[in-house]
Amino acid sequence: MNTHFTIPKFRLPSFVARLGERLPQWPHALALVAGLNAALKMKLLPASELALLEDKLFRVRVNDTGGEASYTYRNGLFRPVFRPEREPDLAFAANLSAYLQLLARQEDPDTLFFNRELEITGDTELGLVVKNMLDAIEWPRLPLIQTSH
Amino acid sequence: MSQLPDLICPAGSLPALKAAVDNGADAVYLGYKNDTNARNFAGLNFEAKALADGIRYAHGKGREVLLAINTFAQAGRVDDWHKAIDAAVDQGVDAIILADVGLLDYARNRHPQQRLHLSVQGSATSYEAINFCQREFAIHRAVLPRVLTLAQVEHVIQNTSVEIEVFGFGSLCVMNEGRCWLSSYACGESPNTVGACSPAKYVKWDKQPGRMDTRLNGILIDRFGDAEPAGYPTLCKGRFEVEGDTYYALEEPTSLNVLPILPDIVKIGVRAIKVEGRQRSPAYVTQVTRTLRAALDALRDGAERYHVKPAWQAELAKVSEGSQATLGAYNRPWR
Repeated sequence: MNTHFTIPKFRLPSFVARLGERLPQWPHALALVAGLNAALKMKLLPASELALLEDKLFRVRVNDTGGEASYTYRNGLFRPVFRPEREPDLAFAANLSAYLQLLARQEDPDTLFFNRELEITGDTELGLVVKNMLDAIEWPRLPLIQTSH
Repeated sequence: MSQLPDLICPAGSLPALKAAVDNGADAVYLGYKNDTNARNFAGLNFEAKALADGIRYAHGKGREVLLAINTFAQAGRVDDWHKAIDAAVDQGVDAIILADVGLLDYARNRHPQQRLHLSVQGSATSYEAINFCQREFAIHRAVLPRVLTLAQVEHVIQNTSVEIEVFGFGSLCVMNEGRCWLSSYACGESPNTVGACSPAKYVKWDKQPGRMDTRLNGILIDRFGDAEPAGYPTLCKGRFEVEGDTYYALEEPTSLNVLPILPDIVKIGVRAIKVEGRQRSPAYVTQVTRTLRAALDALRDGAERYHVKPAWQAELAKVSEGSQATLGAYNRPWR
Protein backbone atom coordinates (compact mmCIF):
# COMPACT_ATOMS: atom_id res chain seq x y z
CA MET A 1 0.00 0.00 0.00
CA ASN A 2 1.46 3.33 -1.02
CA THR A 3 0.58 5.80 1.71
CA HIS A 4 1.50 9.42 1.31
CA PHE A 5 0.62 10.26 4.88
CA THR A 6 1.63 8.68 8.14
CA ILE A 7 -0.42 8.17 11.24
CA PRO A 8 1.47 9.58 14.21
CA LYS A 9 1.59 7.86 17.55
CA PHE A 10 -0.77 9.75 19.84
CA ARG A 11 -2.72 9.30 23.01
CA LEU A 12 -6.06 10.96 23.57
CA PRO A 13 -6.46 12.94 26.80
CA SER A 14 -7.64 10.84 29.71
CA PHE A 15 -11.03 12.57 30.01
CA VAL A 16 -11.96 11.00 26.68
CA ALA A 17 -11.62 7.52 28.15
CA ARG A 18 -13.49 8.52 31.32
CA LEU A 19 -16.32 9.83 29.16
CA GLY A 20 -16.14 6.94 26.69
CA GLU A 21 -16.47 4.33 29.39
CA ARG A 22 -19.84 5.82 30.35
CA LEU A 23 -21.19 5.76 26.80
CA PRO A 24 -23.03 2.73 25.45
CA GLN A 25 -20.59 0.19 23.93
CA TRP A 26 -22.91 -1.46 21.39
CA PRO A 27 -22.20 0.99 18.51
CA HIS A 28 -18.49 -0.05 18.52
CA ALA A 29 -19.40 -3.71 18.33
CA LEU A 30 -21.88 -3.11 15.50
CA ALA A 31 -19.41 -1.04 13.48
CA LEU A 32 -16.59 -3.57 13.92
CA VAL A 33 -18.79 -6.51 13.03
CA ALA A 34 -20.17 -4.71 9.96
CA GLY A 35 -16.60 -4.13 8.76
CA LEU A 36 -15.61 -7.76 9.31
CA ASN A 37 -18.72 -9.04 7.54
CA ALA A 38 -18.01 -6.74 4.60
CA ALA A 39 -14.56 -8.35 4.35
CA LEU A 40 -16.26 -11.76 4.47
CA LYS A 41 -18.63 -10.80 1.70
CA MET A 42 -15.72 -9.70 -0.46
CA LYS A 43 -14.16 -13.13 0.18
CA LEU A 44 -11.01 -11.52 1.57
CA LEU A 45 -10.77 -13.99 4.46
CA PRO A 46 -9.66 -17.57 3.77
CA ALA A 47 -12.07 -20.37 4.73
CA SER A 48 -9.35 -22.57 6.29
CA GLU A 49 -8.49 -19.92 8.89
CA LEU A 50 -12.10 -18.79 9.43
CA ALA A 51 -12.97 -22.31 10.58
CA LEU A 52 -10.56 -21.81 13.48
CA LEU A 53 -12.56 -18.79 14.70
CA GLU A 54 -15.88 -20.66 15.05
CA ASP A 55 -17.62 -19.83 18.35
CA LYS A 56 -14.59 -17.99 19.75
CA LEU A 57 -15.24 -14.86 21.78
CA PHE A 58 -13.10 -11.81 20.89
CA ARG A 59 -12.76 -8.48 22.68
CA VAL A 60 -11.19 -5.33 21.26
CA ARG A 61 -10.54 -2.55 23.75
CA VAL A 62 -9.44 0.96 22.81
CA ASN A 63 -7.71 2.22 25.93
CA ASP A 64 -7.74 5.95 25.26
CA THR A 65 -11.33 6.19 24.02
CA GLY A 66 -12.74 3.88 26.69
CA GLY A 67 -14.42 1.91 23.92
CA GLU A 68 -14.80 -1.84 23.93
CA ALA A 69 -16.39 -4.32 21.54
CA SER A 70 -16.97 -8.05 21.86
CA TYR A 71 -17.88 -10.30 18.98
CA THR A 72 -17.90 -13.89 17.87
CA TYR A 73 -17.87 -15.81 14.58
CA ARG A 74 -20.63 -18.34 14.01
CA ASN A 75 -22.13 -20.03 10.94
CA GLY A 76 -20.30 -17.88 8.45
CA LEU A 77 -20.89 -14.47 10.05
CA PHE A 78 -19.29 -12.22 12.63
CA ARG A 79 -21.83 -11.34 15.32
CA PRO A 80 -21.67 -8.71 18.07
CA VAL A 81 -21.86 -9.91 21.67
CA PHE A 82 -23.30 -7.11 23.78
CA ARG A 83 -23.17 -8.80 27.16
CA PRO A 84 -20.34 -11.30 27.19
CA GLU A 85 -20.94 -13.90 29.87
CA ARG A 86 -17.42 -15.23 29.97
CA GLU A 87 -13.83 -14.11 29.53
CA PRO A 88 -12.92 -13.72 25.84
CA ASP A 89 -10.84 -16.38 24.11
CA LEU A 90 -8.71 -13.58 22.72
CA ALA A 91 -8.46 -9.94 23.82
CA PHE A 92 -6.67 -6.98 22.26
CA ALA A 93 -6.03 -3.69 24.07
CA ALA A 94 -4.27 -0.64 22.59
CA ASN A 95 -4.66 3.08 22.03
CA LEU A 96 -6.57 4.31 18.99
CA SER A 97 -3.40 5.38 17.14
CA ALA A 98 -1.96 1.85 17.36
CA TYR A 99 -5.10 0.35 15.80
CA LEU A 100 -5.06 2.96 13.04
CA GLN A 101 -1.37 2.25 12.35
CA LEU A 102 -2.12 -1.48 12.15
CA LEU A 103 -5.08 -1.00 9.81
CA ALA A 104 -3.03 1.22 7.50
CA ARG A 105 -0.25 -1.43 7.51
CA GLN A 106 2.05 1.28 8.78
CA GLU A 107 3.23 -0.67 11.82
CA ASP A 108 3.78 -4.34 12.43
CA PRO A 109 1.89 -5.90 15.38
CA ASP A 110 5.09 -7.52 16.70
CA THR A 111 6.72 -4.07 16.78
CA LEU A 112 3.78 -2.66 18.75
CA PHE A 113 3.81 -5.70 21.01
CA PHE A 114 7.59 -5.43 21.70
CA ASN A 115 7.10 -1.73 22.50
CA ARG A 116 4.17 -2.57 24.79
CA GLU A 117 1.73 -0.54 22.70
CA LEU A 118 -0.44 -3.56 21.90
CA GLU A 119 -1.60 -6.04 24.51
CA ILE A 120 -2.73 -9.52 23.48
CA THR A 121 -4.15 -11.87 26.11
CA GLY A 122 -5.91 -15.20 25.95
CA ASP A 123 -5.32 -17.93 23.38
CA THR A 124 -1.96 -16.97 21.82
CA GLU A 125 -2.32 -19.31 18.85
CA LEU A 126 -5.75 -17.85 18.04
CA GLY A 127 -4.08 -14.42 18.17
CA LEU A 128 -1.53 -15.60 15.62
CA VAL A 129 -4.29 -16.94 13.35
CA VAL A 130 -6.09 -13.58 13.44
CA LYS A 131 -2.90 -11.59 12.94
CA ASN A 132 -1.72 -13.69 10.01
CA MET A 133 -5.19 -13.74 8.45
CA LEU A 134 -5.33 -9.93 8.49
CA ASP A 135 -1.76 -9.73 7.14
CA ALA A 136 -2.59 -12.01 4.22
CA ILE A 137 -5.59 -9.95 3.07
CA GLU A 138 -5.04 -8.45 -0.35
CA TRP A 139 -6.98 -5.23 0.02
CA PRO A 140 -8.59 -4.33 -3.28
CA ARG A 141 -7.25 -1.12 -4.77
CA LEU A 142 -9.58 1.80 -4.33
CA PRO A 143 -11.40 2.49 -7.58
CA LEU A 144 -9.57 5.31 -9.35
CA ILE A 145 -11.54 8.12 -10.84
CA GLN A 146 -10.88 8.04 -14.56
CA THR A 147 -9.44 11.27 -15.78
CA SER A 148 -9.12 12.28 -19.38
CA HIS A 149 -5.62 12.87 -20.69
CA MET B 1 34.31 -2.36 -5.51
CA SER B 2 33.07 -5.92 -5.11
CA GLN B 3 29.74 -6.93 -6.57
CA LEU B 4 26.80 -5.59 -4.55
CA PRO B 5 25.18 -8.49 -2.63
CA ASP B 6 21.60 -9.50 -3.31
CA LEU B 7 19.06 -8.35 -0.72
CA ILE B 8 16.98 -11.37 0.38
CA CYS B 9 13.75 -10.46 2.21
CA PRO B 10 11.18 -12.53 4.11
CA ALA B 11 7.56 -13.14 3.07
CA GLY B 12 4.96 -14.84 5.24
CA SER B 13 2.10 -13.81 2.96
CA LEU B 14 1.43 -12.50 -0.55
CA PRO B 15 1.15 -8.86 0.63
CA ALA B 16 4.53 -9.24 2.38
CA LEU B 17 6.06 -10.67 -0.83
CA LYS B 18 4.75 -7.72 -2.82
CA ALA B 19 6.04 -5.31 -0.16
CA ALA B 20 9.51 -6.87 -0.44
CA VAL B 21 9.54 -6.71 -4.24
CA ASP B 22 8.12 -3.17 -4.36
CA ASN B 23 10.68 -1.88 -1.85
CA GLY B 24 13.79 -3.25 -3.50
CA ALA B 25 14.42 -6.88 -2.54
CA ASP B 26 16.40 -8.82 -5.15
CA ALA B 27 14.81 -12.03 -3.91
CA VAL B 28 12.15 -13.10 -1.42
CA TYR B 29 12.23 -16.27 0.61
CA LEU B 30 9.14 -18.06 1.82
CA GLY B 31 7.70 -21.44 2.80
CA TYR B 32 4.73 -23.71 2.22
CA LYS B 33 1.86 -23.72 4.72
CA ASN B 34 3.06 -26.83 6.58
CA ASP B 35 5.87 -28.18 8.72
CA THR B 36 8.39 -28.45 5.89
CA ASN B 37 9.67 -25.00 6.90
CA ALA B 38 10.92 -23.50 10.14
CA ARG B 39 8.25 -20.80 10.40
CA ASN B 40 5.25 -23.12 10.52
CA PHE B 41 2.91 -20.69 12.32
CA ALA B 42 -0.90 -20.72 12.23
CA GLY B 43 -2.20 -18.74 9.27
CA LEU B 44 1.26 -17.95 7.90
CA ASN B 45 2.92 -18.96 4.61
CA PHE B 46 1.86 -20.02 1.14
CA GLU B 47 -0.55 -22.50 -0.41
CA ALA B 48 0.30 -23.57 -3.97
CA LYS B 49 -1.95 -20.92 -5.51
CA ALA B 50 -0.58 -18.02 -3.46
CA LEU B 51 2.94 -19.22 -4.30
CA ALA B 52 2.10 -19.26 -8.01
CA ASP B 53 0.76 -15.69 -7.72
CA GLY B 54 3.87 -14.66 -5.79
CA ILE B 55 6.26 -16.19 -8.32
CA ARG B 56 4.40 -14.46 -11.15
CA TYR B 57 4.60 -11.11 -9.34
CA ALA B 58 8.30 -11.41 -8.46
CA HIS B 59 9.38 -12.73 -11.85
CA GLY B 60 7.34 -10.02 -13.55
CA LYS B 61 9.62 -7.50 -11.85
CA GLY B 62 12.80 -9.47 -12.40
CA ARG B 63 13.17 -10.74 -8.83
CA GLU B 64 13.75 -14.24 -7.51
CA VAL B 65 11.71 -16.51 -5.23
CA LEU B 66 13.58 -18.84 -2.88
CA LEU B 67 11.56 -21.54 -1.13
CA ALA B 68 12.65 -22.78 2.30
CA ILE B 69 12.16 -26.50 2.97
CA ASN B 70 14.45 -26.24 5.94
CA THR B 71 13.09 -28.57 8.60
CA PHE B 72 14.26 -32.14 9.01
CA ALA B 73 12.15 -34.92 7.48
CA GLN B 74 10.40 -36.78 10.31
CA ALA B 75 10.38 -40.54 10.61
CA GLY B 76 7.50 -42.17 8.72
CA ARG B 77 6.64 -38.93 6.89
CA VAL B 78 9.64 -38.43 4.61
CA ASP B 79 7.29 -38.46 1.63
CA ASP B 80 5.75 -35.13 2.75
CA TRP B 81 9.14 -33.44 2.36
CA HIS B 82 9.83 -35.14 -0.97
CA LYS B 83 6.45 -33.96 -2.28
CA ALA B 84 7.21 -30.41 -1.14
CA ILE B 85 10.49 -30.49 -3.10
CA ASP B 86 8.78 -31.89 -6.21
CA ALA B 87 6.03 -29.25 -5.97
CA ALA B 88 8.56 -26.43 -5.57
CA VAL B 89 10.40 -27.57 -8.70
CA ASP B 90 7.10 -27.84 -10.61
CA GLN B 91 6.09 -24.36 -9.54
CA GLY B 92 9.36 -22.93 -10.82
CA VAL B 93 11.00 -21.44 -7.73
CA ASP B 94 14.47 -20.07 -8.42
CA ALA B 95 16.09 -22.04 -5.60
CA ILE B 96 15.15 -24.40 -2.79
CA ILE B 97 16.72 -23.76 0.61
CA LEU B 98 17.41 -27.09 2.32
CA ALA B 99 18.98 -28.17 5.61
CA ASP B 100 18.58 -31.97 5.75
CA VAL B 101 21.35 -33.88 3.92
CA GLY B 102 18.86 -36.63 3.03
CA LEU B 103 16.64 -34.06 1.33
CA LEU B 104 19.63 -32.42 -0.38
CA ASP B 105 20.49 -35.84 -1.78
CA TYR B 106 16.90 -36.44 -2.92
CA ALA B 107 16.60 -33.02 -4.55
CA ARG B 108 19.92 -33.32 -6.36
CA ASN B 109 19.21 -36.79 -7.72
CA ARG B 110 15.58 -36.21 -8.62
CA HIS B 111 15.98 -32.69 -9.98
CA PRO B 112 19.55 -32.32 -11.30
CA GLN B 113 18.92 -28.85 -12.76
CA GLN B 114 17.34 -27.30 -9.66
CA ARG B 115 19.37 -24.63 -7.87
CA LEU B 116 19.87 -25.61 -4.21
CA HIS B 117 20.90 -23.44 -1.26
CA LEU B 118 22.14 -24.77 2.06
CA SER B 119 19.90 -23.33 4.81
CA VAL B 120 21.21 -21.66 7.94
CA GLN B 121 19.50 -24.62 9.65
CA GLY B 122 22.06 -26.86 7.94
CA SER B 123 24.48 -25.37 10.45
CA ALA B 124 27.58 -25.34 8.22
CA THR B 125 30.07 -22.94 9.78
CA SER B 126 33.28 -24.11 8.05
CA TYR B 127 34.38 -24.14 4.43
CA GLU B 128 35.01 -27.87 4.77
CA ALA B 129 31.31 -28.48 5.53
CA ILE B 130 30.25 -26.18 2.70
CA ASN B 131 32.64 -27.73 0.19
CA PHE B 132 31.37 -31.16 1.19
CA CYS B 133 27.82 -30.07 0.33
CA GLN B 134 29.08 -28.65 -2.95
CA ARG B 135 30.85 -31.89 -3.86
CA GLU B 136 27.94 -34.15 -2.83
CA PHE B 137 24.89 -32.04 -3.70
CA ALA B 138 26.23 -29.27 -5.97
CA ILE B 139 24.84 -26.52 -3.72
CA HIS B 140 25.01 -23.08 -5.27
CA ARG B 141 24.90 -21.03 -2.07
CA ALA B 142 25.22 -21.50 1.68
CA VAL B 143 23.59 -19.36 4.38
CA LEU B 144 25.99 -18.98 7.31
CA PRO B 145 24.82 -19.39 10.92
CA ARG B 146 25.01 -16.19 12.95
CA VAL B 147 27.93 -17.32 15.07
CA LEU B 148 30.93 -16.32 12.94
CA THR B 149 33.06 -13.20 13.25
CA LEU B 150 33.61 -11.11 10.14
CA ALA B 151 37.18 -12.49 9.85
CA GLN B 152 35.80 -16.03 9.99
CA VAL B 153 33.22 -15.26 7.30
CA GLU B 154 36.04 -13.93 5.11
CA HIS B 155 38.09 -17.09 5.74
CA VAL B 156 35.14 -19.23 4.59
CA ILE B 157 34.67 -17.13 1.43
CA GLN B 158 38.38 -17.38 0.54
CA ASN B 159 38.21 -21.17 0.68
CA THR B 160 35.08 -22.00 -1.26
CA SER B 161 33.51 -21.24 -4.62
CA VAL B 162 30.02 -21.64 -3.14
CA GLU B 163 28.19 -18.29 -2.85
CA ILE B 164 27.95 -17.11 0.75
CA GLU B 165 24.83 -15.51 2.23
CA VAL B 166 24.82 -13.90 5.69
CA PHE B 167 22.16 -12.36 7.90
CA GLY B 168 21.95 -8.57 7.85
CA PHE B 169 19.00 -7.75 10.05
CA GLY B 170 16.51 -9.37 12.40
CA SER B 171 15.84 -10.96 15.75
CA LEU B 172 18.67 -12.93 17.27
CA CYS B 173 18.35 -15.99 19.47
CA VAL B 174 20.82 -18.39 21.03
CA MET B 175 21.67 -19.28 17.40
CA ASN B 176 22.55 -22.91 17.76
CA GLU B 177 20.87 -23.05 14.41
CA GLY B 178 19.57 -26.39 13.21
CA ARG B 179 20.76 -28.02 16.42
CA CYS B 180 18.71 -26.25 19.06
CA TRP B 181 16.38 -28.31 21.26
CA LEU B 182 15.62 -25.71 23.96
CA SER B 183 12.02 -25.37 22.77
CA SER B 184 11.57 -29.14 22.95
CA TYR B 185 12.93 -29.08 26.49
CA ALA B 186 10.02 -26.83 27.52
CA CYS B 187 7.18 -28.13 25.36
CA GLY B 188 8.31 -31.17 23.38
CA GLU B 189 8.30 -29.33 20.03
CA SER B 190 11.03 -27.37 18.25
CA PRO B 191 11.91 -25.96 14.81
CA ASN B 192 13.57 -29.19 13.72
CA THR B 193 10.52 -31.31 14.50
CA VAL B 194 7.38 -29.20 13.94
CA GLY B 195 8.83 -26.15 12.21
CA ALA B 196 8.30 -23.71 15.08
CA CYS B 197 10.26 -22.55 18.09
CA SER B 198 8.07 -22.08 21.18
CA PRO B 199 4.80 -22.84 19.32
CA ALA B 200 2.03 -20.34 20.11
CA LYS B 201 -0.28 -22.94 21.63
CA TYR B 202 2.17 -23.25 24.56
CA VAL B 203 2.56 -19.49 25.07
CA LYS B 204 0.60 -17.53 27.66
CA TRP B 205 0.86 -13.76 28.10
CA ASP B 206 -0.43 -13.29 31.62
CA LYS B 207 -1.32 -9.66 32.41
CA GLN B 208 -1.07 -8.76 36.07
CA PRO B 209 -1.30 -5.32 37.67
CA GLY B 210 1.96 -3.52 36.82
CA ARG B 211 3.55 -6.47 35.00
CA MET B 212 3.18 -9.16 32.38
CA ASP B 213 4.30 -12.75 32.91
CA THR B 214 5.35 -14.89 29.95
CA ARG B 215 4.82 -18.62 30.30
CA LEU B 216 5.89 -21.37 27.92
CA ASN B 217 4.00 -24.59 28.61
CA GLY B 218 3.42 -23.32 32.15
CA ILE B 219 7.09 -22.49 32.79
CA LEU B 220 7.62 -18.86 33.79
CA ILE B 221 10.29 -17.59 31.38
CA ASP B 222 10.09 -13.84 31.84
CA ARG B 223 8.32 -11.03 33.69
CA PHE B 224 8.09 -7.52 32.21
CA GLY B 225 7.28 -4.26 33.97
CA ASP B 226 4.67 -2.13 32.15
CA ALA B 227 7.32 0.15 30.63
CA GLU B 228 9.78 -2.61 29.71
CA PRO B 229 10.12 -3.78 26.10
CA ALA B 230 8.94 -7.35 25.50
CA GLY B 231 10.49 -10.08 23.35
CA TYR B 232 9.56 -13.36 21.72
CA PRO B 233 8.63 -16.07 24.25
CA THR B 234 11.60 -18.37 23.74
CA LEU B 235 13.58 -20.10 26.47
CA CYS B 236 16.88 -18.66 25.26
CA LYS B 237 15.60 -15.11 25.80
CA GLY B 238 14.10 -15.74 29.23
CA ARG B 239 15.31 -14.35 32.54
CA PHE B 240 16.22 -16.98 35.08
CA GLU B 241 17.49 -17.12 38.61
CA VAL B 242 21.06 -18.41 38.64
CA GLU B 243 22.87 -18.57 41.97
CA GLY B 244 20.74 -15.83 43.47
CA ASP B 245 20.81 -13.47 40.45
CA THR B 246 17.88 -13.14 38.04
CA TYR B 247 19.01 -12.13 34.54
CA TYR B 248 19.14 -13.09 30.86
CA ALA B 249 21.21 -16.17 31.58
CA LEU B 250 21.42 -17.32 27.93
CA GLU B 251 20.72 -14.42 25.55
CA GLU B 252 19.21 -10.94 25.75
CA PRO B 253 16.38 -10.13 23.32
CA THR B 254 18.20 -8.15 20.62
CA SER B 255 18.22 -7.64 16.90
CA LEU B 256 21.12 -7.91 14.50
CA ASN B 257 21.83 -4.80 12.44
CA VAL B 258 24.88 -4.80 10.13
CA LEU B 259 24.54 -1.29 8.65
CA PRO B 260 27.71 -0.04 10.43
CA ILE B 261 29.82 -2.83 8.87
CA LEU B 262 28.03 -3.10 5.53
CA PRO B 263 31.10 -1.90 3.53
CA ASP B 264 33.23 -4.65 5.13
CA ILE B 265 30.60 -7.30 4.38
CA VAL B 266 30.54 -6.27 0.73
CA LYS B 267 34.33 -6.00 0.51
CA ILE B 268 34.97 -9.57 1.65
CA GLY B 269 32.71 -10.89 -1.11
CA VAL B 270 29.42 -11.83 0.57
CA ARG B 271 26.97 -12.55 -2.26
CA ALA B 272 23.66 -12.12 -0.45
CA ILE B 273 22.32 -10.43 2.69
CA LYS B 274 19.29 -11.92 4.35
CA VAL B 275 16.63 -10.23 6.47
CA GLU B 276 15.05 -12.36 9.20
CA GLY B 277 11.30 -12.27 9.87
CA ARG B 278 8.90 -14.40 7.83
CA GLN B 279 6.60 -14.25 10.87
CA ARG B 280 6.39 -10.46 10.65
CA SER B 281 3.82 -8.31 8.84
CA PRO B 282 3.98 -6.54 5.47
CA ALA B 283 4.64 -3.29 7.39
CA TYR B 284 7.90 -4.70 8.81
CA VAL B 285 8.96 -6.07 5.42
CA THR B 286 8.36 -2.63 3.86
CA GLN B 287 10.33 -0.78 6.54
CA VAL B 288 13.33 -3.09 6.66
CA THR B 289 13.56 -3.72 2.90
CA ARG B 290 13.51 -0.06 1.93
CA THR B 291 16.09 0.78 4.61
CA LEU B 292 18.57 -1.91 3.57
CA ARG B 293 17.96 -1.11 -0.10
CA ALA B 294 18.81 2.55 0.59
CA ALA B 295 21.99 1.52 2.43
CA LEU B 296 23.12 -0.87 -0.34
CA ASP B 297 22.40 1.74 -3.01
CA ALA B 298 24.38 4.34 -1.07
CA LEU B 299 27.28 1.90 -0.95
CA ARG B 300 27.05 1.25 -4.68
CA ASP B 301 27.18 5.00 -5.30
CA GLY B 302 30.46 5.35 -3.40
CA ALA B 303 31.91 3.20 -0.66
CA GLU B 304 34.21 5.96 0.58
CA ARG B 305 31.26 8.30 1.15
CA TYR B 306 29.08 5.65 2.84
CA HIS B 307 27.86 6.55 6.28
CA VAL B 308 24.97 5.17 8.30
CA LYS B 309 22.11 7.66 8.25
CA PRO B 310 20.33 8.27 11.57
CA ALA B 311 16.97 7.84 9.80
CA TRP B 312 17.96 4.29 8.73
CA GLN B 313 18.99 3.41 12.29
CA ALA B 314 15.80 4.91 13.71
CA GLU B 315 13.60 2.91 11.33
CA LEU B 316 15.40 -0.35 12.11
CA ALA B 317 15.54 0.32 15.88
CA LYS B 318 11.79 0.80 15.96
CA VAL B 319 11.02 -2.67 14.59
CA SER B 320 13.74 -4.41 16.62
CA GLU B 321 13.00 -7.00 19.24
CA GLY B 322 14.16 -5.78 22.63
CA SER B 323 14.61 -2.29 21.12
CA GLN B 324 18.31 -2.96 20.95
CA ALA B 325 20.45 -3.62 17.89
CA THR B 326 23.88 -5.23 17.86
CA LEU B 327 26.50 -6.46 15.41
CA GLY B 328 25.99 -9.95 16.82
CA ALA B 329 28.95 -12.27 16.43
CA TYR B 330 30.50 -10.30 13.55
CA ASN B 331 32.57 -8.11 15.85
CA ARG B 332 33.13 -10.43 18.80
CA PRO B 333 36.74 -10.88 19.85
CA TRP B 334 36.49 -14.64 20.32
CA ARG B 335 37.71 -17.08 17.69
